[in-house]
Amino acid sequence: MLSKVDEIKSPRNIYGQTLSELGEKNPNIVVLDADLSCSTQTCKFRDKFPNRFFNCGIAEQDLITTAAGLAYGGKTVFASTFAMFATARCLDQIRNTICYSKLNVKIVATHGGITVGEDGASHQALEDISFMRSIPDMKVIVPSDCTEVEEVIRYAAQTKGPMYIRIPRTNLKTIFDKNEYKFNPRVGLKIKDGKDLTIVTNGETLGEVLIAAQKLSQVGIEADILHYPVVKPFDFISLVGSAKKTKKVIVVENHSIIGGLGSAVCESLSENYPTKVLRIGTEDTFGQSGEQRQLMEFYGLTGTKIYEKIIKFMDVR
Amino acid sequence: MKKIADSIRQDILKMIHNAKSGHPGGSLSCVDILVVLYKKILNVPVDWDKSPDFKNRDRFILSKGHASAALYATLAHFGYFSKSLLMGFRILGSKLQGHPSSKVGLAGIEVSTGSLGQGLSIGAGVALALRLDKIKSKVFVLLGDGEMQEGSVWESLMNINNQKLSNLVVIIDKNNLQIDGSVCDIKSLDPLDKKLEAFGFKVKSIDGHNYIELENAFMEAKKANEPFAIIANTIKGKGVSFMENNPSWHGKAPNDEQLKLALEELC
Repeated sequence: MLSKVDEIKSPRNIYGQTLSELGEKNPNIVVLDADLSCSTQTCKFRDKFPNRFFNCGIAEQDLITTAAGLAYGGKTVFASTFAMFATARCLDQIRNTICYSKLNVKIVATHGGITVGEDGASHQALEDISFMRSIPDMKVIVPSDCTEVEEVIRYAAQTKGPMYIRIPRTNLKTIFDKNEYKFNPRVGLKIKDGKDLTIVTNGETLGEVLIAAQKLSQVGIEADILHYPVVKPFDFISLVGSAKKTKKVIVVENHSIIGGLGSAVCESLSENYPTKVLRIGTEDTFGQSGEQRQLMEFYGLTGTKIYEKIIKFMDVR
Repeated sequence: MKKIADSIRQDILKMIHNAKSGHPGGSLSCVDILVVLYKKILNVPVDWDKSPDFKNRDRFILSKGHASAALYATLAHFGYFSKSLLMGFRILGSKLQGHPSSKVGLAGIEVSTGSLGQGLSIGAGVALALRLDKIKSKVFVLLGDGEMQEGSVWESLMNINNQKLSNLVVIIDKNNLQIDGSVCDIKSLDPLDKKLEAFGFKVKSIDGHNYIELENAFMEAKKANEPFAIIANTIKGKGVSFMENNPSWHGKAPNDEQLKLALEELC
């Protein structure tokens, strides 16, 4: 399942490409953007299907609610902008119009997480998953590489109902083999077997967790790695199974430790199998400007930093 | 027409009185608009989604969702569902939610509304979908004037003009009042007609309680090949003397005595 090819690709590019491929087969797909179509890469769809592309301008509330209307009119709707503006700016519209009426709108937000980089805190969505996860009937998906982005977008196009899909700005190392990987929306995916601790992650931190796990192996600590692209609905069964085995759970995500994957894990474990959990993500804080890797380092999200935090956590225990 | 409107106004007051909550002022102000729409203008089958012609229906969206009592009473009057449901308004388990909900499957309700400033963008999306599917139906969206203080309405107006959506009709129930007082004191919209014109709309200002003016404006809007807005000048609380032009009746139920007085006036 894991890729043997060493390559780095842009998930936004893959999103745009997949959309325009889907657009050919499915004339019912429409796409909306809010003046960021080159950044989100929905421009690829626009260039092919100008009649089915609507640019709502710098007006995210209008973007989301017009998307809702198109979905009510029977269309399969993809609406894109940066994660910061696709969620916080129009939370009411997402809740009261899209989700309350369970409309077929896929909000595909790019530039999620701290790795937006130099634009700084105003553009770094660190709470988006928290916002989306709390709304009834919203599915929340955070893919980890380009193979998965493509699979998830294809899944979204053929699955009815509201969905929030978060894509990073960063180019990503390919993790999953294109010919072998199949996205499963129902279960967390076991990436590696281990007995000493469980690491749960998703999004661009999966690549970092793999590096950390390798380092842990070198000192004789074997991690059970669970990848959870679907944060909601949350598959607690796989998690509890792993926690029963290792008794220690670490969550790593490019998001605030409040309300995201870390919270989903804590909620599930506290109800089903209380286990000590270490949440690794951004703390209760805003981000700042910086180069992507520097920021990952600063906020403790690189493979090495994750490794160090885990060693400390294991020692304390 | 007046008879129908009076009877709907009576139902509204009985519903709100029974629920001990609701929004009489803005419901009463838009009754005449709704009566003309449902009696003369809208092509919406009474058997709703059971009709073979369902997909070709005109769409009506009540963006000022707090006037739900007016919409429910109108729909019941015109036979979309039984009048016996009306007294369930705002009561646990009822399909007549405080603000319209499409989740509960009530005939005549298109989409959920209630959080102000969203119906117009929804309507624009529906109008775009109809245009893509080459369906000739029209979309009518009813907003309150206070609601137009929401910035999202203006985002949508810009989009409607940009997309040249001539299959959508904007109706503004301009009763000049909002919860805290008069719209012009709190955050004035005037001159609303000029603003809408500047946003690219053909604007018709009419008396929102005059059936002939309403019908003519709707007919003109249906034929228009440009974005069209109707400013219906109305009286909040219309038909009940002690509620008229009194903002305190925005969201308050009448007591037994007040209901009795109001119903007498509407006989």
